[in-house]
Amino acid sequence: MNTIAERIYDFLKDFPPFSMLMKSELLAICKAIDIHYLEKDTYLFITGSPVQNQFYVVKDGAIGLFRAQTNTLVDECDEGDIFGLRALMRQGDYKLSAKAIEESIVYSISSELFQQNITTNAEASKFLMSSFVSNTYYIESNQVDHNLSTENIQEFIEEQSADYSKNPVHCSSETRIKDAALIMTNKRIGSIVITKDNRPLGIITDKDLRTKIATGLISIEDSVTKIMSSPVITYPESITVAEAQIAMIKHRITHLCITKDGTPNTELTGILSEHDIIVIRENNASVLVKEIKRVNTPEQLQHIRKRAEQLLKRYIEQQIPITFVTKILSTINDSITQRLIDLCIEEMPTPPPTSFAWLAIGSQGREEQLLLTDQDNALVFNEVPENDYNKTQQYFLTLSKKINQGLNIIGFELCPANMMASNPKWCLSISQWKTQFKSWITTPDQDNLMLCSIFFDFEFVYGDANLSTTMAESIFTSIESHDIFLNFLGLNALKNPPPLSFFRQFLVERDGEHKDQFDIKARAMMPLVDAARLLILSKNMKAHNNTIVRYEKLAELEPQNKDVFLACRDAFKNLLRFRTEQGLRHNDSGRFIDLQTLSKANRLELKSTFRAVKDIQDLIQTRFKLSQFM
Amino acid sequence: MSWFKKKSYPDFWKQYLECFESNQNLDIETIRFVIFDTETTGLDTKHDRILSIGTIAVIGNTIKVSDSFECYLQQDLFNAKTVKIHGLLKAGHFNKVQERDAIIQFLAHIKNSVLVAHHAGFDVTMINQALKRMNLPKLKNKVLDTGHLFIKTKLDDSKTHYSLDDLSLRFKIPQHDRHTASGDAYITALLLVKILAVLKKNNPSLQLKDLLRSHTRIGLL
Repeated sequence: MNTIAERIYDFLKDFPPFSMLMKSELLAICKAIDIHYLEKDTYLFITGSPVQNQFYVVKDGAIGLFRAQTNTLVDECDEGDIFGLRALMRQGDYKLSAKAIEESIVYSISSELFQQNITTNAEASKFLMSSFVSNTYYIESNQVDHNLSTENIQEFIEEQSADYSKNPVHCSSETRIKDAALIMTNKRIGSIVITKDNRPLGIITDKDLRTKIATGLISIEDSVTKIMSSPVITYPESITVAEAQIAMIKHRITHLCITKDGTPNTELTGILSEHDIIVIRENNASVLVKEIKRVNTPEQLQHIRKRAEQLLKRYIEQQIPITFVTKILSTINDSITQRLIDLCIEEMPTPPPTSFAWLAIGSQGREEQLLLTDQDNALVFNEVPENDYNKTQQYFLTLSKKINQGLNIIGFELCPANMMASNPKWCLSISQWKTQFKSWITTPDQDNLMLCSIFFDFEFVYGDANLSTTMAESIFTSIESHDIFLNFLGLNALKNPPPLSFFRQFLVERDGEHKDQFDIKARAMMPLVDAARLLILSKNMKAHNNTIVRYEKLAELEPQNKDVFLACRDAFKNLLRFRTEQGLRHNDSGRFIDLQTLSKANRLELKSTFRAVKDIQDLIQTRFKLSQFM
Repeated sequence: MSWFKKKSYPDFWKQYLECFESNQNLDIETIRFVIFDTETTGLDTKHDRILSIGTIAVIGNTIKVSDSFECYLQQDLFNAKTVKIHGLLKAGHFNKVQERDAIIQFLAHIKNSVLVAHHAGFDVTMINQALKRMNLPKLKNKVLDTGHLFIKTKLDDSKTHYSLDDLSLRFKIPQHDRHTASGDAYITALLLVKILAVLKKNNPSLQLKDLLRSHTRIGLL
C-alpha cells in the first residue's frame, strides 16, 4: 500500500514512455521517485555539472533548457515532458542547463531502476531513445528506424485475411511416395496433402522428400504415410495473416491446412503456405493496377483512385513502411495517368504528330504525393520543323487539356497556379525546354528559383523516355557553366528555418515567439526537399528525384556526413507519414497542423525532424559559403 | 533512577533513543524532515485512537517517495461519525497492525528526524498517548507545524488559524487523497517545501531554530 506512489502512477501512466510499461513495472518506479520543488528561475542542473543517475519529468510548471555559454533557449518542457535523459547514458557532464521558467514540481526517476524495468520493453526504450535523440544527435536513430520497419511489417499483415490456395492437391494414404512426388512435380507445387474421405491426415512437403527420401532413409516405393507429417495443423477459412504466421512459427511449419470448421475432422478446403503470405503483401495494389489497364473512362479511373485512397488509409493505419507506401501509390497514380493518356489519344482525330513525353512535376515528380492534391504536369515534344511548331504545339495543348480535365475528373484538381501541360508555357519542344531551363539558371531571381524547385523535380510518366532524359541532362549542363546558380538555390533552401520546439499548445520559434499552428509543408518538408535537391544537383547525380532516395544517395557519396543525411531521410519519412495521417484524418491536404490535437509522442517525433532540418541547413550554409550572402 | 528506567525500556525504544545520542544535523538544507499525519477516531486525544499513520520524508527541496511509511491500525474503538471523513471502516480491506507494532515501525522510520505536521500538536499528542499506553515516554524529536510556519511567512495575517485546505488552495496544491494519512502527509510535504522557499527568500540565513516554536505552546489544535 503506497498512496503517494499510486498518485504518481496515475499521473505518469498517461505519458509515454511510462504509458508503455506494465502497471507493476511503473509502480515500482513510482515508489522510488524523488519530487523536487523548484521556484521560478532556480536551476535543477547546470551545464558542465556531472550527470546524475536520474532523469526528470515535469509534473507542474515549466522547465527551460538553455545552452549555458550563450544562454540560448534550446527547449521548453511542460507537464509530462521528459528531460535530462543524458543520465541514461551514465556518462559525461550535462550539456545544457535546466531552469524553472515557472514555479515547478519535477519528478526525478532513477535511471538504473528505470532501465531494469524497460530492458524487456522495446517500445519504451525506443521512445526514450528518440526523445534523447531529439535533443542531441541521432546516430542512434537509424537503429530506431530499423526496428520500426521490421515491426511494422508484422503489424501490417496482422488484420488482413489470408488468401490461401483453394482446391489443394491431395492424394490418398495408399499412394506411393514416388507417385506423390510425380504429382507434385507435374503440378509444380511444394506440398501435397494426404486425405481420407476428404479430411486431411497428413502433409508432405519438399523438405520431407529432401530429408527422408533423398537421404536414403525411406524407399520411394513406400506409402506416403511413412514420411508425412501428421496430424496436420488446421485452421478455419477465416484465418488472418497474423494468425497464420504465428501458427507457422509456433509449430515450426511452412504449410497450414484450411478446413471447413478449422479442425482435422472436416473437409479440406485449402492450403496456406509461407509463400502465400509473402505474396499477400503486394496483392491488393497489383489488383488495382491490373484493373486500371481494363477501364475505358475517366469516371472508372476515378473509382479506382478512390479505392487506392482506401488502400492508402489501411497502409497508414497498419504502419507500413512509408517508402513502400509511396512506391505503391506512385505506381497506381502513374498507371492511372498512363491509361488516361491512352484514352485521350484515342479521342484525338489524329495520332500525335511527333514523339512526346508526359511529365509529372513537383511532389508528383518526386513520387511523394500520397494524398489527392492538385495536379502539376508538363509536356515535352520532339523537335519539329519551325513551320510546324505552332501546329504541333496546338495539337499537344489540345491533348493536354483533355488529360488535365480527365485528371480533374479522377480527383487531381486543376492546379490553381496553372502548372499544367495545357498551359502553353509548360508544353514545349525539347529545345524550348532547354532554353527555358537555361534562362532560369542564368537569371536566378525569386520567381525563377521557385519555378526551378517545381520543374527540376520531374518524373517521366508516358511517351518517349529519351526526351525526359535529354531534358534532365540539359539542367546539369546549364548548371555546370553557371555554378553560382547553386548558391542562389542554396539561399532559397535556407529561407525557412525550422521551429525550435513545442511548448504546451504552441510552436516555439527560434526567436522565442510562440505560434499556435504548424505548417508542416513549409516549415519542415520543403526545407528538406529543397536541401536534397540542391545537394544532389551539386553532386551531378541524375535520375534521383525522390527526396528519400536522394538522401540515401548523398549518404553513400559522403560517408562523413552520413548521420546528417540519414537523419534527414528518416525525418522526411516521418513527416510524410505524419502529413498523410493528418490529411486522411481531416480529409484535407494535411498541411496545417492544429497543435492542440498533437500527442506528446507526436510532438517528440516532429521535434526530432526540426533538428534534422536545422543540421542540413547548417551544412548547406557552410558548404555554399552562404553567410556572406545573408 | 533514570539509569534504571532506561534499562527497563524495550529494545526498539532504546534503538530510537540511540538516534539522538550523536550530534544532530541542524542544517535545514540537508536535515531529514519527516512529514506525518494521523487519521483518528476523533479529536479527543485522551479517548480517541489512531486509525492510520502516513509519512513522507523531505530533504532540501526534495520529497522522497522512497522514504515514506504508511500503516493502518487495528483498534477496538470505532466512531461512526468520523468514518465519513477518513473512510476507514472498523473491518476495512487494508492490512491492519496492532497499535504497538505500528508505533514500533513508526519510531524505526522517523529516527531522529525533524517531525512536521499540519497542526502538529494534535498528531504528536496522539502518538504520545499511544506511547503512554505502552508505558513509554514522549517523542524526542523536534517538531515543526506548517500552520505555524505559514504565519511566519507573513503572507497573510487575516486569520490566526489556517486549515490544510486553506493553505493547499493558496499554494495551488491539488487535494488528492485528502483525509488519508499518506495523502495529507504528501500535501503537507509540498506545503513545507513551498513555505520554506518563502521563508528562505525572506531570510537567506534561515536556520532550524528560527522555525521551531517552544514546546509549551504546542497545544491541541
